[in-house]
Amino acid sequence: MSSVTVDPAAEAQAATTAKVEIRAVHKTFGPLHVLRGIDLDVRAGEVTVVLGPSGSGKSTLLRTINHLEKVDSGTVSVDGTLVGYRRSGNKLYELRERDILKQRTRIGFVFQNFHLFPHLTVLENIVEAPVSALKRPRKEAEAAARTLLERVGLADKAEAYPKQLSGGQQQRVAIARALALEPGLLLFDEPTSALDPELVGEVLDVIKDLAASGTTMIVVTHEIGFAREVADTVVFMDEGRIVEQGPPAEVLDSPRHERTRAFLSKVL
Amino acid sequence: MSATLVRTPSTARPAEPPPRIVPARRAGQWTAAALVLALLALGLVSVVRNKAFQWDVVAQYFTSASVLRGLGLTLWLTALVMALGFVLGTLLAVLRFSANPVLRAVSWGYVWFFRSTPILVQLLFWFNIGALYPQILGVSTVNLLGPVSVAVIGLTLHEAAYAAEVVRGGILSVDRGQLEAAQSLGLGRWRRLSRIVLPQAMRAIVPPAGNMLIGTLKGTSIVSVIAVQDLLYSTQLVYHRTYEVIPLLLVATLWYVAVTSVLSLGQHYVERHYARGTAGAR
Repeated sequence: MSSVTVDPAAEAQAATTAKVEIRAVHKTFGPLHVLRGIDLDVRAGEVTVVLGPSGSGKSTLLRTINHLEKVDSGTVSVDGTLVGYRRSGNKLYELRERDILKQRTRIGFVFQNFHLFPHLTVLENIVEAPVSALKRPRKEAEAAARTLLERVGLADKAEAYPKQLSGGQQQRVAIARALALEPGLLLFDEPTSALDPELVGEVLDVIKDLAASGTTMIVVTHEIGFAREVADTVVFMDEGRIVEQGPPAEVLDSPRHERTRAFLSKVL
Repeated sequence: MSATLVRTPSTARPAEPPPRIVPARRAGQWTAAALVLALLALGLVSVVRNKAFQWDVVAQYFTSASVLRGLGLTLWLTALVMALGFVLGTLLAVLRFSANPVLRAVSWGYVWFFRSTPILVQLLFWFNIGALYPQILGVSTVNLLGPVSVAVIGLTLHEAAYAAEVVRGGILSVDRGQLEAAQSLGLGRWRRLSRIVLPQAMRAIVPPAGNMLIGTLKGTSIVSVIAVQDLLYSTQLVYHRTYEVIPLLLVATLWYVAVTSVLSLGQHYVERHYARGTAGAR
Protein backbone atom coordinates (compact mmCIF):
# COMPACT_ATOMS: atom_id res chain seq x y z
CA MET A 1 0.00 0.00 0.00
CA SER A 2 1.16 3.53 -0.66
CA SER A 3 2.31 5.55 2.30
CA VAL A 4 -0.14 8.33 3.00
CA THR A 5 1.18 11.06 5.22
CA VAL A 6 -1.40 12.44 7.57
CA ASP A 7 -1.29 16.05 8.67
CA PRO A 8 -1.30 15.74 12.47
CA ALA A 9 -3.10 19.06 12.96
CA ALA A 10 -5.96 18.15 10.64
CA GLU A 11 -6.03 14.75 12.26
CA ALA A 12 -6.38 16.20 15.73
CA GLN A 13 -9.20 18.43 14.58
CA ALA A 14 -11.07 15.56 12.99
CA ALA A 15 -10.48 13.53 16.11
CA THR A 16 -12.06 16.05 18.44
CA THR A 17 -15.66 16.69 17.60
CA ALA A 18 -18.33 16.90 14.96
CA LYS A 19 -21.82 18.33 15.09
CA VAL A 20 -24.82 16.45 13.73
CA GLU A 21 -27.87 17.92 12.02
CA ILE A 22 -30.87 15.77 11.18
CA ARG A 23 -33.67 17.32 9.13
CA ALA A 24 -37.14 15.91 8.40
CA VAL A 25 -35.96 12.31 8.19
CA HIS A 26 -38.52 9.69 7.19
CA LYS A 27 -37.96 5.96 6.91
CA THR A 28 -40.31 3.09 6.19
CA PHE A 29 -39.79 -0.65 6.25
CA GLY A 30 -42.56 -1.92 3.98
CA PRO A 31 -45.83 -0.85 5.60
CA LEU A 32 -44.03 0.21 8.79
CA HIS A 33 -43.40 3.95 9.11
CA VAL A 34 -40.43 3.82 11.49
CA LEU A 35 -39.23 7.43 11.39
CA ARG A 36 -41.91 10.08 10.92
CA GLY A 37 -40.08 13.33 10.43
CA ILE A 38 -37.12 13.57 12.77
CA ASP A 39 -35.36 16.88 13.41
CA LEU A 40 -32.42 16.80 15.76
CA ASP A 41 -29.36 18.93 16.39
CA VAL A 42 -26.39 17.66 18.31
CA ARG A 43 -23.77 20.25 19.11
CA ALA A 44 -20.10 19.38 18.78
CA GLY A 45 -18.66 17.77 21.89
CA GLU A 46 -22.04 17.05 23.44
CA VAL A 47 -23.47 13.78 24.67
CA THR A 48 -27.01 13.04 23.55
CA VAL A 49 -28.88 10.10 25.05
CA VAL A 50 -31.86 8.76 23.13
CA LEU A 51 -34.53 7.01 25.19
CA GLY A 52 -37.76 5.39 24.15
CA PRO A 53 -39.69 2.12 24.09
CA SER A 54 -38.61 -0.64 21.70
CA GLY A 55 -39.92 -0.02 18.22
CA SER A 56 -39.85 3.74 18.70
CA GLY A 57 -37.24 4.09 15.94
CA LYS A 58 -34.21 5.01 18.07
CA SER A 59 -31.89 2.40 16.61
CA THR A 60 -33.03 3.10 13.06
CA LEU A 61 -32.36 6.80 13.59
CA LEU A 62 -28.86 6.00 14.83
CA ARG A 63 -28.22 3.77 11.82
CA THR A 64 -29.25 6.50 9.38
CA ILE A 65 -26.49 8.70 10.79
CA ASN A 66 -23.75 6.51 9.31
CA HIS A 67 -25.88 5.43 6.35
CA LEU A 68 -26.22 1.81 7.45
CA GLU A 69 -29.88 2.60 6.83
CA LYS A 70 -30.83 4.80 3.87
CA VAL A 71 -33.41 7.47 4.60
CA ASP A 72 -36.54 7.73 2.42
CA SER A 73 -36.50 11.51 2.66
CA GLY A 74 -34.78 14.19 4.68
CA THR A 75 -31.11 14.77 5.31
CA VAL A 76 -28.46 13.83 7.82
CA SER A 77 -25.26 15.80 7.99
CA VAL A 78 -22.20 15.34 10.14
CA ASP A 79 -19.97 18.35 10.59
CA GLY A 80 -21.77 20.18 7.82
CA THR A 81 -21.32 17.37 5.24
CA LEU A 82 -24.32 15.41 4.00
CA VAL A 83 -24.06 11.71 4.83
CA GLY A 84 -24.53 9.38 1.86
CA TYR A 85 -25.54 12.06 -0.64
CA ARG A 86 -24.26 14.99 -2.62
CA ARG A 87 -26.60 17.93 -3.07
CA SER A 88 -26.88 19.66 -6.40
CA GLY A 89 -29.71 22.14 -6.80
CA ASN A 90 -32.78 20.53 -5.34
CA LYS A 91 -31.58 16.99 -5.87
CA LEU A 92 -29.70 14.56 -3.67
CA TYR A 93 -27.39 12.23 -5.55
CA GLU A 94 -26.43 9.08 -3.73
CA LEU A 95 -22.66 8.84 -3.29
CA ARG A 96 -20.59 5.97 -4.61
CA GLU A 97 -19.87 3.29 -2.04
CA ARG A 98 -16.22 4.30 -1.81
CA ASP A 99 -17.16 7.81 -0.69
CA ILE A 100 -19.72 6.55 1.80
CA LEU A 101 -17.09 4.22 3.30
CA LYS A 102 -14.78 7.20 3.66
CA GLN A 103 -17.47 9.13 5.52
CA ARG A 104 -18.00 6.18 7.84
CA THR A 105 -14.36 6.20 8.92
CA ARG A 106 -15.13 9.50 10.71
CA ILE A 107 -18.08 7.98 12.56
CA GLY A 108 -17.56 5.27 15.17
CA PHE A 109 -20.41 2.79 15.64
CA VAL A 110 -20.80 0.44 18.61
CA PHE A 111 -23.35 -2.36 18.19
CA GLN A 112 -25.60 -3.96 20.78
CA ASN A 113 -24.14 -7.39 20.00
CA PHE A 114 -20.54 -6.13 19.64
CA HIS A 115 -20.04 -7.77 16.22
CA LEU A 116 -16.36 -8.35 16.85
CA PHE A 117 -14.69 -10.44 14.15
CA PRO A 118 -14.49 -13.86 15.87
CA HIS A 119 -11.66 -15.23 13.70
CA LEU A 120 -9.34 -12.32 14.47
CA THR A 121 -7.54 -11.59 17.73
CA VAL A 122 -8.46 -8.52 19.77
CA LEU A 123 -5.48 -6.64 18.36
CA GLU A 124 -6.30 -7.65 14.77
CA ASN A 125 -9.90 -6.53 15.29
CA ILE A 126 -8.77 -3.06 16.31
CA VAL A 127 -6.02 -2.70 13.72
CA GLU A 128 -8.13 -3.82 10.75
CA ALA A 129 -9.84 -0.52 9.93
CA PRO A 130 -6.89 1.84 10.45
CA VAL A 131 -4.68 -0.38 8.28
CA SER A 132 -7.09 -1.23 5.46
CA ALA A 133 -9.39 1.81 5.39
CA LEU A 134 -7.01 4.59 6.47
CA LYS A 135 -3.82 2.96 5.09
CA ARG A 136 -1.92 3.45 8.32
CA PRO A 137 1.34 1.50 8.69
CA ARG A 138 0.61 -1.67 10.66
CA LYS A 139 3.29 -1.00 13.30
CA GLU A 140 1.86 2.42 14.04
CA ALA A 141 -1.71 1.11 14.14
CA GLU A 142 -0.72 -1.68 16.52
CA ALA A 143 0.95 0.75 18.90
CA ALA A 144 -2.17 2.93 18.83
CA ALA A 145 -4.35 -0.16 19.39
CA ARG A 146 -2.38 -1.16 22.46
CA THR A 147 -2.81 2.34 23.89
CA LEU A 148 -6.56 2.08 23.27
CA LEU A 149 -6.69 -1.32 24.95
CA GLU A 150 -4.99 0.18 27.97
CA ARG A 151 -7.58 2.93 27.98
CA VAL A 152 -10.46 0.42 28.13
CA GLY A 153 -8.59 -1.65 30.72
CA LEU A 154 -7.75 -4.65 28.54
CA ALA A 155 -4.05 -4.23 27.86
CA ASP A 156 -3.40 -7.91 28.62
CA LYS A 157 -6.03 -9.22 26.17
CA ALA A 158 -4.43 -8.13 22.87
CA GLU A 159 -3.72 -11.69 21.70
CA ALA A 160 -7.02 -13.21 22.91
CA TYR A 161 -9.87 -14.16 20.60
CA PRO A 162 -13.25 -12.45 21.25
CA LYS A 163 -14.95 -15.67 22.37
CA GLN A 164 -12.42 -15.97 25.19
CA LEU A 165 -13.63 -12.69 26.71
CA SER A 166 -16.69 -11.85 28.79
CA GLY A 167 -19.48 -9.82 27.20
CA GLY A 168 -18.36 -6.67 28.98
CA GLN A 169 -14.79 -7.15 27.80
CA GLN A 170 -15.98 -7.79 24.24
CA GLN A 171 -17.96 -4.57 24.21
CA ARG A 172 -14.95 -2.66 25.54
CA VAL A 173 -12.89 -4.11 22.67
CA ALA A 174 -15.63 -3.04 20.25
CA ILE A 175 -15.42 0.48 21.65
CA ALA A 176 -11.64 0.46 21.23
CA ARG A 177 -12.15 -0.75 17.64
CA ALA A 178 -14.47 2.18 16.92
CA LEU A 179 -12.01 4.60 18.54
CA ALA A 180 -9.13 3.35 16.41
CA LEU A 181 -10.45 5.43 13.50
CA GLU A 182 -10.24 8.53 15.73
CA PRO A 183 -13.81 9.46 14.84
CA GLY A 184 -15.29 12.87 15.54
CA LEU A 185 -18.61 11.25 16.34
CA LEU A 186 -19.43 8.09 18.27
CA LEU A 187 -22.73 6.26 17.95
CA PHE A 188 -23.76 3.65 20.54
CA ASP A 189 -26.69 1.35 19.78
CA GLU A 190 -27.86 -0.05 23.13
CA PRO A 191 -24.28 -0.88 24.11
CA THR A 192 -25.21 -2.64 27.36
CA SER A 193 -28.46 -4.37 26.43
CA ALA A 194 -26.82 -7.70 25.57
CA LEU A 195 -24.79 -7.82 28.78
CA ASP A 196 -25.26 -9.63 32.09
CA PRO A 197 -26.36 -7.04 34.66
CA GLU A 198 -23.10 -7.29 36.58
CA LEU A 199 -21.08 -6.39 33.45
CA VAL A 200 -23.05 -3.25 32.51
CA GLY A 201 -21.09 -1.01 34.88
CA GLU A 202 -17.65 -1.61 33.35
CA VAL A 203 -18.90 -0.69 29.86
CA LEU A 204 -20.76 2.41 31.07
CA ASP A 205 -17.61 3.51 32.90
CA VAL A 206 -15.65 3.40 29.64
CA ILE A 207 -18.36 5.40 27.85
CA LYS A 208 -18.41 7.96 30.67
CA ASP A 209 -14.66 8.40 30.30
CA LEU A 210 -15.11 9.05 26.60
CA ALA A 211 -17.89 11.55 27.27
CA ALA A 212 -15.53 13.49 29.49
CA SER A 213 -12.93 13.58 26.71
CA GLY A 214 -15.19 15.78 24.57
CA THR A 215 -16.07 13.54 21.61
CA THR A 216 -19.58 14.05 20.24
CA MET A 217 -21.65 11.04 21.23
CA ILE A 218 -25.16 9.79 20.57
CA VAL A 219 -26.15 6.92 22.84
CA VAL A 220 -29.30 4.86 22.45
CA THR A 221 -29.88 3.14 25.78
CA HIS A 222 -32.29 2.10 28.49
CA GLU A 223 -29.94 3.13 31.29
CA ILE A 224 -31.71 6.13 32.83
CA GLY A 225 -29.08 6.58 35.54
CA PHE A 226 -26.40 6.82 32.87
CA ALA A 227 -28.46 9.40 30.98
CA ARG A 228 -28.89 11.51 34.08
CA GLU A 229 -25.20 11.42 34.87
CA VAL A 230 -23.61 11.85 31.46
CA ALA A 231 -26.05 13.37 28.97
CA ASP A 232 -26.05 17.00 27.96
CA THR A 233 -29.32 16.39 26.17
CA VAL A 234 -31.89 13.64 26.60
CA VAL A 235 -34.15 12.86 23.66
CA PHE A 236 -37.32 10.86 24.18
CA MET A 237 -38.74 9.09 21.11
CA ASP A 238 -42.01 7.30 20.57
CA GLU A 239 -43.63 5.91 17.42
CA GLY A 240 -41.05 7.39 15.10
CA ARG A 241 -41.18 10.92 16.49
CA ILE A 242 -39.19 12.91 18.99
CA VAL A 243 -41.65 13.58 21.80
CA GLU A 244 -39.44 15.88 23.80
CA GLN A 245 -35.83 16.79 24.37
CA GLY A 246 -33.83 18.86 26.79
CA PRO A 247 -31.37 18.67 29.66
CA PRO A 248 -31.68 15.48 31.73
CA ALA A 249 -33.02 17.32 34.76
CA GLU A 250 -35.90 18.62 32.65
CA VAL A 251 -36.81 15.54 30.62
CA LEU A 252 -36.18 12.96 33.32
CA ASP A 253 -37.42 14.80 36.40
CA SER A 254 -40.21 17.00 35.11
CA PRO A 255 -41.25 15.70 31.70
CA ARG A 256 -43.81 17.84 29.93
CA HIS A 257 -45.46 15.06 27.95
CA GLU A 258 -47.74 12.40 29.32
CA ARG A 259 -46.06 9.77 27.08
CA THR A 260 -42.63 10.53 28.54
CA ARG A 261 -44.01 10.39 32.08
CA ALA A 262 -45.65 7.03 31.40
CA PHE A 263 -42.43 5.58 29.95
CA LEU A 264 -40.23 6.86 32.77
CA SER A 265 -42.60 5.60 35.46
CA LYS A 266 -42.17 2.11 34.03
CA VAL A 267 -38.39 2.05 33.64
CA LEU A 268 -37.38 3.94 36.76
CA MET B 1 -41.90 -40.47 64.04
CA SER B 2 -39.08 -42.02 65.89
CA ALA B 3 -35.55 -40.94 66.49
CA THR B 4 -34.19 -43.38 63.94
CA LEU B 5 -34.96 -40.90 61.16
CA VAL B 6 -32.96 -38.16 62.74
CA ARG B 7 -29.32 -38.87 62.37
CA THR B 8 -26.96 -36.79 64.37
CA PRO B 9 -24.05 -35.51 62.33
CA SER B 10 -21.34 -38.08 62.39
CA THR B 11 -19.12 -37.23 65.26
CA ALA B 12 -16.96 -40.18 65.91
CA ARG B 13 -17.66 -42.42 62.92
CA PRO B 14 -14.57 -43.70 61.12
CA ALA B 15 -14.06 -42.13 57.65
CA GLU B 16 -15.89 -44.46 55.26
CA PRO B 17 -14.46 -44.61 51.70
CA PRO B 18 -16.92 -43.24 49.09
CA PRO B 19 -18.98 -46.05 47.46
CA ARG B 20 -17.55 -47.53 44.30
CA ILE B 21 -19.63 -47.36 41.09
CA VAL B 22 -20.16 -50.70 39.34
CA PRO B 23 -21.26 -50.34 35.67
CA ALA B 24 -24.25 -52.44 34.58
CA ARG B 25 -23.31 -55.70 32.85
CA ARG B 26 -24.09 -55.65 29.15
CA ALA B 27 -23.85 -59.25 28.07
CA GLY B 28 -25.63 -58.53 24.75
CA GLN B 29 -22.98 -55.97 23.80
CA TRP B 30 -20.16 -58.52 24.09
CA THR B 31 -22.08 -61.15 22.14
CA ALA B 32 -22.88 -58.74 19.32
CA ALA B 33 -19.26 -57.57 19.09
CA ALA B 34 -17.97 -61.15 19.01
CA LEU B 35 -20.47 -62.10 16.32
CA VAL B 36 -19.56 -59.14 14.08
CA LEU B 37 -15.83 -59.75 14.50
CA ALA B 38 -16.29 -63.42 13.63
CA LEU B 39 -18.17 -62.51 10.45
CA LEU B 40 -15.48 -60.01 9.49
CA ALA B 41 -12.78 -62.61 10.04
CA LEU B 42 -14.66 -65.12 7.90
CA GLY B 43 -14.94 -62.56 5.10
CA LEU B 44 -11.25 -61.71 5.33
CA VAL B 45 -10.20 -65.36 5.24
CA SER B 46 -12.30 -65.99 2.16
CA VAL B 47 -10.79 -62.96 0.41
CA VAL B 48 -7.28 -64.10 1.18
CA ARG B 49 -7.84 -67.77 0.31
CA ASN B 50 -9.96 -67.29 -2.81
CA LYS B 51 -7.44 -67.72 -5.63
CA ALA B 52 -9.70 -65.80 -8.04
CA PHE B 53 -8.67 -62.53 -6.39
CA GLN B 54 -5.19 -63.18 -7.79
CA TRP B 55 -3.33 -61.12 -5.20
CA ASP B 56 -0.04 -61.88 -6.91
CA VAL B 57 -1.32 -60.08 -10.02
CA VAL B 58 -2.51 -57.17 -7.87
CA ALA B 59 0.96 -56.88 -6.38
CA GLN B 60 2.56 -57.11 -9.82
CA TYR B 61 0.58 -54.18 -11.26
CA PHE B 62 0.07 -52.08 -8.11
CA THR B 63 3.21 -50.04 -8.73
CA SER B 64 3.65 -50.66 -12.44
CA ALA B 65 4.69 -47.64 -14.49
CA SER B 66 1.43 -47.35 -16.45
CA VAL B 67 -0.76 -47.56 -13.32
CA LEU B 68 1.39 -44.94 -11.57
CA ARG B 69 1.12 -42.69 -14.64
CA GLY B 70 -2.65 -43.10 -14.50
CA LEU B 71 -2.67 -42.34 -10.78
CA GLY B 72 -0.60 -39.21 -11.47
CA LEU B 73 -3.10 -38.02 -14.05
CA THR B 74 -6.02 -38.69 -11.71
CA LEU B 75 -4.31 -36.70 -8.95
CA TRP B 76 -3.42 -33.62 -10.98
CA LEU B 77 -6.74 -33.66 -12.83
CA THR B 78 -8.55 -33.73 -9.47
CA ALA B 79 -6.41 -30.91 -8.08
CA LEU B 80 -6.79 -28.74 -11.18
CA VAL B 81 -10.55 -29.29 -11.53
CA MET B 82 -11.09 -28.65 -7.84
CA ALA B 83 -8.99 -25.45 -7.87
CA LEU B 84 -10.49 -24.03 -11.06
CA GLY B 85 -13.97 -25.17 -10.01
CA PHE B 86 -13.76 -23.35 -6.70
CA VAL B 87 -12.34 -20.17 -8.23
CA LEU B 88 -15.21 -20.07 -10.72
CA GLY B 89 -17.67 -21.25 -8.05
CA THR B 90 -16.65 -18.51 -5.61
CA LEU B 91 -17.09 -15.93 -8.36
CA LEU B 92 -20.56 -17.32 -9.12
CA ALA B 93 -21.49 -17.32 -5.42
CA VAL B 94 -20.42 -13.69 -5.04
CA LEU B 95 -22.42 -12.76 -8.14
CA ARG B 96 -25.49 -14.31 -6.50
CA PHE B 97 -25.21 -11.59 -3.81
CA SER B 98 -24.70 -8.80 -6.35
CA ALA B 99 -26.99 -5.77 -6.37
CA ASN B 100 -27.23 -6.21 -10.14
CA PRO B 101 -30.25 -8.42 -10.99
CA VAL B 102 -28.75 -9.51 -14.33
CA LEU B 103 -25.60 -10.82 -12.68
CA ARG B 104 -27.68 -12.58 -10.03
CA ALA B 105 -29.80 -14.23 -12.72
CA VAL B 106 -26.76 -15.31 -14.73
CA SER B 107 -25.24 -16.92 -11.66
CA TRP B 108 -28.47 -18.73 -10.85
CA GLY B 109 -28.87 -19.82 -14.48
CA TYR B 110 -25.37 -21.24 -14.62
CA VAL B 111 -25.92 -23.38 -11.54
CA TRP B 112 -29.32 -24.47 -12.81
CA PHE B 113 -27.96 -25.51 -16.21
CA PHE B 114 -24.81 -27.33 -15.16
CA ARG B 115 -26.53 -29.19 -12.35
CA SER B 116 -29.39 -30.24 -14.59
CA THR B 117 -27.43 -32.51 -16.91
CA PRO B 118 -25.37 -35.60 -16.07
CA ILE B 119 -21.63 -35.05 -16.14
CA LEU B 120 -21.31 -37.96 -18.59
CA VAL B 121 -23.56 -36.14 -21.07
CA GLN B 122 -21.65 -32.89 -20.59
CA LEU B 123 -18.34 -34.63 -21.14
CA LEU B 124 -19.51 -36.33 -24.35
CA PHE B 125 -20.92 -33.01 -25.50
CA TRP B 126 -17.59 -31.20 -25.03
CA PHE B 127 -15.82 -34.14 -26.67
CA ASN B 128 -17.94 -33.54 -29.77
CA ILE B 129 -17.84 -29.75 -29.69
CA GLY B 130 -15.93 -29.88 -32.98
CA ALA B 131 -19.21 -30.79 -34.69
CA LEU B 132 -20.68 -27.42 -33.64
CA TYR B 133 -17.60 -25.28 -34.02
CA PRO B 134 -15.14 -26.98 -36.41
CA GLN B 135 -12.71 -24.09 -35.96
CA ILE B 136 -11.93 -21.83 -33.02
CA LEU B 137 -9.85 -18.72 -33.81
CA GLY B 138 -8.75 -20.29 -37.06
CA VAL B 139 -7.46 -23.48 -35.43
CA SER B 140 -9.15 -26.81 -35.93
CA THR B 141 -11.14 -27.57 -32.78
CA VAL B 142 -10.10 -31.23 -32.74
CA ASN B 143 -6.43 -30.22 -32.65
CA LEU B 144 -7.02 -27.48 -30.10
CA LEU B 145 -9.02 -29.54 -27.63
CA GLY B 146 -7.57 -32.98 -27.00
CA PRO B 147 -9.29 -35.44 -24.68
CA VAL B 148 -7.39 -34.14 -21.62
CA SER B 149 -8.39 -30.51 -22.29
CA VAL B 150 -11.97 -31.63 -22.79
CA ALA B 151 -11.81 -33.49 -19.47
CA VAL B 152 -10.52 -30.41 -17.64
CA ILE B 153 -13.11 -28.09 -19.20
CA GLY B 154 -16.05 -30.44 -18.77
CA LEU B 155 -15.28 -31.41 -15.18
CA THR B 156 -14.45 -27.83 -14.13
CA LEU B 157 -17.68 -26.31 -15.45
CA HIS B 158 -19.68 -29.02 -13.71
CA GLU B 159 -17.67 -28.70 -10.50
CA ALA B 160 -18.10 -24.92 -10.43
CA ALA B 161 -21.89 -25.22 -10.25
CA TYR B 162 -21.65 -27.33 -7.10
CA ALA B 163 -18.82 -25.23 -5.65
CA ALA B 164 -20.95 -22.11 -6.14
CA GLU B 165 -23.68 -23.55 -3.93
CA VAL B 166 -21.20 -24.67 -1.29
CA VAL B 167 -19.58 -21.23 -1.14
CA ARG B 168 -22.98 -19.51 -1.16
CA GLY B 169 -24.06 -21.63 1.80
CA GLY B 170 -20.86 -20.64 3.59
CA ILE B 171 -21.43 -16.94 2.98
CA LEU B 172 -25.04 -17.24 4.19
CA SER B 173 -23.82 -18.86 7.40
CA VAL B 174 -21.92 -15.69 8.38
CA ASP B 175 -23.88 -13.39 10.70
CA ARG B 176 -25.17 -10.28 8.91
CA GLY B 177 -23.84 -8.15 11.75
CA GLN B 178 -20.31 -9.01 10.66
CA LEU B 179 -20.89 -7.29 7.34
CA GLU B 180 -22.48 -4.26 9.02
CA ALA B 181 -19.55 -3.98 11.42
CA ALA B 182 -17.13 -4.10 8.50
CA GLN B 183 -19.15 -1.48 6.61
CA SER B 184 -19.31 0.82 9.61
CA LEU B 185 -15.52 0.58 9.87
CA GLY B 186 -15.21 1.74 6.27
CA LEU B 187 -13.76 -1.51 4.89
CA GLY B 188 -13.99 -1.77 1.10
CA ARG B 189 -16.02 -4.41 -0.70
CA TRP B 190 -13.09 -6.69 -1.55
CA ARG B 191 -11.61 -6.39 1.93
CA ARG B 192 -14.97 -7.23 3.54
CA LEU B 193 -15.20 -10.35 1.43
CA SER B 194 -11.61 -11.55 1.70
CA ARG B 195 -10.84 -10.62 5.29
CA ILE B 196 -14.16 -10.80 7.14
CA VAL B 197 -16.78 -12.89 5.33
CA LEU B 198 -14.92 -15.67 3.48
CA PRO B 199 -12.62 -16.69 6.36
CA GLN B 200 -15.71 -17.13 8.55
CA ALA B 201 -17.59 -18.84 5.73
CA MET B 202 -14.75 -21.38 5.47
CA ARG B 203 -15.98 -23.20 8.57
CA ALA B 204 -19.19 -24.02 6.72
CA ILE B 205 -17.44 -24.52 3.36
CA VAL B 206 -14.72 -27.01 4.33
CA PRO B 207 -16.81 -30.09 5.22
CA PRO B 208 -18.88 -30.10 1.98
CA ALA B 209 -15.78 -29.09 0.01
CA GLY B 210 -13.95 -32.08 1.46
CA ASN B 211 -16.87 -34.19 0.38
CA MET B 212 -16.64 -32.70 -3.12
CA LEU B 213 -12.89 -33.26 -3.31
CA ILE B 214 -13.28 -36.95 -2.55
CA GLY B 215 -16.25 -37.15 -4.92
CA THR B 216 -14.20 -35.47 -7.65
CA LEU B 217 -11.24 -37.80 -7.12
CA LYS B 218 -13.47 -40.78 -7.80
CA GLY B 219 -15.60 -38.87 -10.32
CA THR B 220 -12.62 -38.23 -12.58
CA SER B 221 -12.80 -41.95 -13.46
CA ILE B 222 -15.59 -40.94 -15.83
CA VAL B 223 -12.99 -39.50 -18.22
CA SER B 224 -12.12 -43.10 -19.16
CA VAL B 225 -15.09 -42.88 -21.57
CA ILE B 226 -13.22 -40.30 -23.66
CA ALA B 227 -10.01 -42.36 -23.51
CA VAL B 228 -8.12 -40.18 -21.06
CA GLN B 229 -5.60 -42.42 -19.32
CA ASP B 230 -6.47 -41.89 -15.69
CA LEU B 231 -6.08 -44.47 -12.92
CA LEU B 232 -9.15 -46.50 -13.95
CA TYR B 233 -8.48 -46.37 -17.70
CA SER B 234 -4.84 -47.39 -17.30
CA THR B 235 -5.93 -50.54 -15.43
CA GLN B 236 -8.61 -51.18 -18.05
CA LEU B 237 -5.99 -50.99 -20.77
CA VAL B 238 -4.12 -53.80 -19.00
CA TYR B 239 -7.09 -56.10 -18.46
CA HIS B 240 -8.34 -55.62 -22.00
CA ARG B 241 -5.03 -57.21 -22.95
CA THR B 242 -4.65 -59.82 -20.19
CA TYR B 243 -8.26 -60.49 -19.14
CA GLU B 244 -7.21 -60.19 -15.46
CA VAL B 245 -10.22 -58.00 -14.78
CA ILE B 246 -10.71 -58.50 -11.05
CA PRO B 247 -7.11 -58.03 -9.86
CA LEU B 248 -6.72 -54.89 -11.96
CA LEU B 249 -9.96 -53.39 -10.68
CA LEU B 250 -8.58 -54.17 -7.22
CA VAL B 251 -5.44 -52.20 -8.06
CA ALA B 252 -7.58 -49.18 -8.93
CA THR B 253 -9.79 -49.67 -5.86
CA LEU B 254 -6.87 -49.85 -3.45
CA TRP B 255 -5.33 -46.69 -4.88
CA TYR B 256 -8.63 -44.78 -4.63
CA VAL B 257 -9.02 -45.91 -1.01
CA ALA B 258 -5.45 -44.91 -0.18
CA VAL B 259 -5.71 -41.42 -1.67
CA THR B 260 -9.16 -40.83 -0.14
CA SER B 261 -7.83 -41.78 3.29
CA VAL B 262 -5.03 -39.24 3.01
CA LEU B 263 -7.51 -36.55 1.90
CA SER B 264 -9.85 -37.29 4.82
CA LEU B 265 -6.97 -36.84 7.22
CA GLY B 266 -6.03 -33.56 5.54
CA GLN B 267 -9.62 -32.31 5.89
CA HIS B 268 -9.43 -32.85 9.64
CA TYR B 269 -6.47 -30.49 9.92
CA VAL B 270 -7.97 -27.86 7.61
CA GLU B 271 -11.16 -27.86 9.70
CA ARG B 272 -9.15 -27.39 12.85
CA HIS B 273 -7.40 -24.40 11.31
CA TYR B 274 -10.63 -22.61 10.42
CA ALA B 275 -12.19 -23.33 13.83
CA ARG B 276 -9.76 -20.93 15.51
CA GLY B 277 -11.38 -18.26 17.63
CA THR B 278 -14.44 -20.39 18.30
CA ALA B 279 -15.36 -21.70 21.72
CA GLY B 280 -13.51 -24.87 22.60
CA ALA B 281 -10.82 -24.41 19.97
CA ARG B 282 -7.19 -23.74 20.87
